[in-house]
Order: sequence, then structure tokens, then C-alpha cells
Amino acid sequence: MDVLKIVFFAFVALIAAMAASFGLDQAYILHALIIMAVAFYLFLRAVRQFGEPAPVVGTGYQDDVVRAGVIATAFWGVVGFLVGVFIAFQLAFPALNFDLPFTTFGRVRPLHTSAVIFAFGGNALIATSFYIVQRTCAARLWGGNLSWFVFWGYQLFIVLAATGYLLGATQSKEYAEPEWYVDIWLTLVWVAYLAVFMGTIIKRKEPHIYVANWFFLSFIVTVAMLHLVNNLSLPVSIYGSKSVQLFSGVQDALTQWWYGHNAVGFFLTSGFLGMMYYFVPKQTGKPVFSYKLSIIHFWSLTFMYIWAGPHHLHYTALPDWAQTLGMVFSLMLWMPSWGGMINGLMTLNGAWDKLRTDPVLRMMVISLAFYGMSTFEGPLMSIKVVNSLSHYTDWTIGHVHSGALGWNGMITFGALYFLVPKLWHRERLYSDTMVSWHFWLATIGIVFYAASMWVTGIMEGLMWREVDAQGFLVNSFADTVSAKFPMYVVRGLGGVMYLAGAIIMCVNLWLTATGARRDTPHAAMAIAAE
Amino acid sequence: MSKKHKMADEDYPTTGHEWDGIREYDKPMPRWWLWTFFATIIFSLAYVIAYPAVPLIKGATPGLLGYSSRAQLQRSLDSVALENAEIEQLLLATPLENIAKNPSLVRYASAGGGAVFRTYCAQCHGAGAQGATGYPNLQDDDWLWGGDLAALEQTIQHGIRSDADEDTRYSEMPKFGEFLEEAQIEQLVEYLRQISGQDYLAETSANAEVLFADNCAACHGQNGEGNHEQGAPNLKDALWLYGGDRDALRHSIANARFGVMPAWNTRITPAQIRQVTFYVHQLGGGE
Repeated sequence: MDVLKIVFFAFVALIAAMAASFGLDQAYILHALIIMAVAFYLFLRAVRQFGEPAPVVGTGYQDDVVRAGVIATAFWGVVGFLVGVFIAFQLAFPALNFDLPFTTFGRVRPLHTSAVIFAFGGNALIATSFYIVQRTCAARLWGGNLSWFVFWGYQLFIVLAATGYLLGATQSKEYAEPEWYVDIWLTLVWVAYLAVFMGTIIKRKEPHIYVANWFFLSFIVTVAMLHLVNNLSLPVSIYGSKSVQLFSGVQDALTQWWYGHNAVGFFLTSGFLGMMYYFVPKQTGKPVFSYKLSIIHFWSLTFMYIWAGPHHLHYTALPDWAQTLGMVFSLMLWMPSWGGMINGLMTLNGAWDKLRTDPVLRMMVISLAFYGMSTFEGPLMSIKVVNSLSHYTDWTIGHVHSGALGWNGMITFGALYFLVPKLWHRERLYSDTMVSWHFWLATIGIVFYAASMWVTGIMEGLMWREVDAQGFLVNSFADTVSAKFPMYVVRGLGGVMYLAGAIIMCVNLWLTATGARRDTPHAAMAIAAE
Repeated sequence: MSKKHKMADEDYPTTGHEWDGIREYDKPMPRWWLWTFFATIIFSLAYVIAYPAVPLIKGATPGLLGYSSRAQLQRSLDSVALENAEIEQLLLATPLENIAKNPSLVRYASAGGGAVFRTYCAQCHGAGAQGATGYPNLQDDDWLWGGDLAALEQTIQHGIRSDADEDTRYSEMPKFGEFLEEAQIEQLVEYLRQISGQDYLAETSANAEVLFADNCAACHGQNGEGNHEQGAPNLKDALWLYGGDRDALRHSIANARFGVMPAWNTRITPAQIRQVTFYVHQLGGGE
């Protein structure tokens, strides 16, 4: 076994070295070198450990990989927010593009979206799902070190994707920019993730599967399907990063938005609902509001989300019938989405007073409020007449961010505040006051962001469609760009506040993990916690 | 919701399961939630009946309203065209010089021309027609190929050095870097700065007059006044398309320039060409 490992890693390092020397473009060569370095490190490690007795398999919950996931989540979160703030100011002050290919908006923007969705959000999902599935199944993670492969494999995916963007390797599909070999790697990692998760559920000691795990499982399975279909492509050369899509024209567009919308649906909604269904009842200490509601909204959400993608292609070459279906499925999604919000918020029944004393719970509640708002706004924007105004404008950007910053960000922060004291065996967080600061900075930052994007989005939509009495266009595109400038600055400031909050969180979590203590717990909290 | 007394939380049973301390109430779904959900489904069914929706082997169900987004767009274009039909005919029948005499034509041509300009021309010439390096300013009276209405119309119709159009305006300045010594080019650079009223090195430009006459005057004129027939810029007016500093001038002389503008007669209608001709002409620099 040890010999096999050594031979395998040596072989991979050799292949990667060959690929690096034959590589046709910068991104490919750099990636081959990264893979070579990783394989070489693993080779050395395997040689050093040769003949050592196999390490004792741990018992109890496997929390070391969750701890690593928590650190990765916080790290990538700050990176992603920082890049977001940077590109926000690039839009206001184009000089910040620096006239370098690596720092232009076109390359840095996918770096931002992938960093926040896949690096921050993905690590949060993997870490929390590993934590939750063990607790709610009363079973250790299945597959031993396979969970570590998932963790490190996913980090490698992030590094390959990010460096590829900066060097110009992209298949130009929004949220699916990585090129073919990075996609293949992610597929392997994802299958391992599914195996660990499913394996743990199968060997569970609880008779029933908790609702959070339904959501996580639907997220993992659907993302696998979306990823495979949307990335069907043929490499131009085995030694280059460029590939050609299998679909073209409107078929490609529809596949892309079937993927893109369900990345929102299953990655950012179902997966994070899985987090919500564990952390909110844990933090409130109350039973979940309604089991029936959780069944109905789970299945209706899962069934309907998958059809809603065409609403991204209203008034395009997409046939009218597909646009109609995209719109009606989006409308029908409204209540299934809200089911999760109701189940979360109503779980606080009888515990609302805790909002006064528990800033972590406050974070989770505001995330549900933003979730409710953006899942109402989404169906609204999918209505064709509304979409004819909102599409291609900053309104869309505002919508996405009220969901991403408000819902995904805040619930993740809440989860991190919950997890760190548990995982590092501390009685409580270093400082609740810092959590409150984080809460207000993030909330006000989101309000700045969303409000400025509503104003500028609706303004720009109205300017684009403005015609005079004889039907002639009134504004040029550049007119709308210059009109948006003040709102772009406000948006950037909102981003700065959100980033500042996240940095405060990192300091707080770091001090908590290292065992520092600051303000004493509120007396009221001690009572409420009974 | 039944009429009986509202039950308190604690009165409801849980499902009886527990995961890591989490239990679930066995409560009914909120009625308002369920009814709103049903309402969206009923609305969606009605919408699907009314609009194109269900894909079949060939095409899809057309919907009771007979809606099509293409038809909707066409109707709105047609209604504008119908409203403007009369004045559009008048515009096409009126000689360009006479448009200015009819106030309603002026309004129609400048609004329509402005729209065309903002859609197709602003990318290079700027939203305010102020131009950019390599793209002429259209507000001043410095014209390469002529600034009267007929010349402008010709330029817009056929473009400049446009591959796609046989009648395009064409001229090509030689790359003098291939014929002249570097010192000679330096002399010309200083000479150009002299005749355009910029600071210059007198000793370098001193003997450049002959050089200019031999190499440049054929197109740019004896005194550098330019020539609309060949699109040869006026070199005396200190208005520079590619810049009047020494580096830019050196580059222009040694490597020449080859600015291209597309022909528009295949891309916009004759009426639109007349509109945008009039619009550009009245920006301030029309001859």
C-alpha cells in the first residue's frame, strides 16, 4: 500500500512536470507546476512515513477537518470581500484597473464571485455539513481521511480557479469559469464529498434523517449534476487550458442559466438552509416550528427551483414558451422559499427576548430577514414586465448581494460564532461586543449596498428605455455610466463596512480559539440559557 | 384555521424525534402560507394557458392571447414608424440643405440623428462628439474629408478606408520612415511644430521647407493647409488627431496613420443617415 502511494505520487509529479514543459499557455503551465509541487510534497511525505505503523483511527466525531474548514471559510471570506471592495471601486474609479491584464475588472470580477461563492460559501457548506451530519446522525464521518481529501482537494480547486482567472484562463461561463481540467478535478472532489456525506448518513444511529441533511444532500447531488452538464466541453489541446463548449448559441445560454440559477438555488439556498435548520434551533434552544412545513417546502423548493433558470433570458433568442415557464416557476417558488424563513423565524416563538442579549442569534435572524426579502425580490424580478426594466441593470447586482451578503454571509457568520467555541472547547466567545459591532457594520453595509444598487439600477433602466415623443433614444450608454458614479461610491463604502465587520469577526474568532477572554457573560444570557 | 382556541406552543406535540437536542413541533403549516402558495400555482396555470408555454413536438402551445415577444416588439416599432411616416417621407424628399428651413424637420432630424449618434457613433467619437485620439472631434470646424452636408453624408454612407464598401473614401499616407533619414524626419517634426505655432528648434527646422515641399505638399498643400479631396489633415491649425507632441508627430511621419470608419449605408436606413448627417452638421462645425 505504501509503495503504491509512493509510486502514484511520483507518477503524478512526473506527468505534471511533462505537462508543464509542453504547456501552451501561462495558466496551464502554472497549474501543472502547482500540481507537480503538491504531488512532490505528497511523495516526500509518503516516503518519510514509509514503514511507519498506520495511524490509529480516531473515534468520536471527526472535528479536525471541521476546524480546518472554519479557518478556510473565514480566510476566503475576507479575501473574497476584499476583492469585491476592490472591484467595486474599480467601477467608480477605472484608473484602479492599473492597465495591467491581471488587474482588469474582467479578470478580477470572476475572482471575486468564485472567492465568495465557492471559496467562502463552499468551505462554509463543507465544514458545517460535516459538523451537522455527524451530530444529527450520531456517527463519525464515513471514509476516514476521505474528508481530508475533500477539504484539501477543494482548496486546490480554489487555487487553480483563482490563478487561472488572473492569467486569463476562463470558459466565459458565469460562476463556471474554470477550464476543463479544473472542472474534472472538482468533479472528483465532489464525488468524494458525496461519498463522505452519504456514507455518514447510511451508518447513522438516529432512526430518522434530520431535515438539515435533506437540504445538504439535495445541494450536493444537484450541484454535481449541474456542474457536469454545464461544463461539457472539449479541450482544444491536452496541453492547453482552452476548451470549446459542446452547446452553442441559445442552447448554451439556457444550459448556462439552468446551471447559474440553480447554483443560486442549490448552493446558496438549499445548502445554507441546511445550515439554518441546525444552527437556529440550536441557538434558540427551541424545537423547529413545523415539521410538515419543512417537508412541503423542501420538496416544493427542490422541484421548482430547477425550472426557473430561463428567467435569466427574458426577451432574448430563447423561445417564448421557455421564458413563460421560467417566469411561472419562479413565481411559484416564492412560498417554498419563504417556508424556510418561516420555519427559522417561528422557531424563535417564545425566545424572541433572546434577541436582546444574544448577538449571534441576532445575526441568524437578520440573515433570515434578508433571505425573505431577496426570495421575494427574485420572483418579482422574474416577472417579464419587471424584468424588462431590471435586466442588465445594477438592480440585479443589488438583488444578488442582498441575498449573498445578507443571507449567506450572515448565516455563515452566525454558524462560525456558534462553531468556534465548540470546536476549540471554549466556554464562550472572546467578546460579544465585537459580535455586535460586526452585526451593525455588516447590516448597515448591506443597506448601503442594496439601496444604492436599487437607485442606480432603476435609474439606469429608466435611462436606457427613455425615448422622446417621436420614439428616439434620449441617452447614450456613457450618459448612464456617468450618472451612476455617486451610487458606485456609496456601494463601495457599503462593501468596506461589510469587510470591516468580517475582519472584526476574524479577530474575535482567533482570540476565542486561542483561549483569550474579555467581557463577562451577560447575566440575562445565563438565565435565558437555563 | 379552525375556530377553536389558539393553542400555545407547549400544547403542540413534537414529532417525537430528537437529533443532537433538536426537536420539531408537529404544527400545521400556516394557512396564509399555504393559500398564497396555491394562489401562485393557480396564477401560473392561468398564465400558462394564456401565453406560449408547453413545448410540443413542433413548436409550443401558442397560448390563448396569441402573444409573442417578437410580435410585441414589432408592434411597438410599427406604431412609431406609422406615427413618423409622414415626416420621414418629407425628410427623404427634402434636399439636405433645406432641412434647416423647416422647424418640424429640424426637430425630427436632430432628435433622430442624436439617437443614431448615441447608438452607433458615440463609441468612437464620444457621447458629446468630442472625439478622442485617432477619432476626430465633430464639434469643431476642422474636417478631414469636408464638413458640408454632402461631404458628411458621403462619409457616413461609405465610411473611410472601409473594406466593405467600394465607394469608400480612401487615401494612404506613405510610411516616410522607409524613405527618409531619421534626421530628415526630425527636421519635418520641428517644421510641423513651427507652422502649427508651437515651440520648435529653429536650427533643425531651418532647411525643412524643401523637404516638406518634396514629400508632404502634394497632399497636405504647399503651406500645410490640408486637402479634403484626399482626407489630408490641415497641419497648421494645431488641432491634432493623433497628437502634436514630438513623439506623436515622429510616429505619424515615420509609420503613417490609417484611420478607418465603417460604411453605414448597409447598417442603417437612408433616413437615419440623413438624420445623423444633419445632426453632426449642426453640432457646430458644419460648413
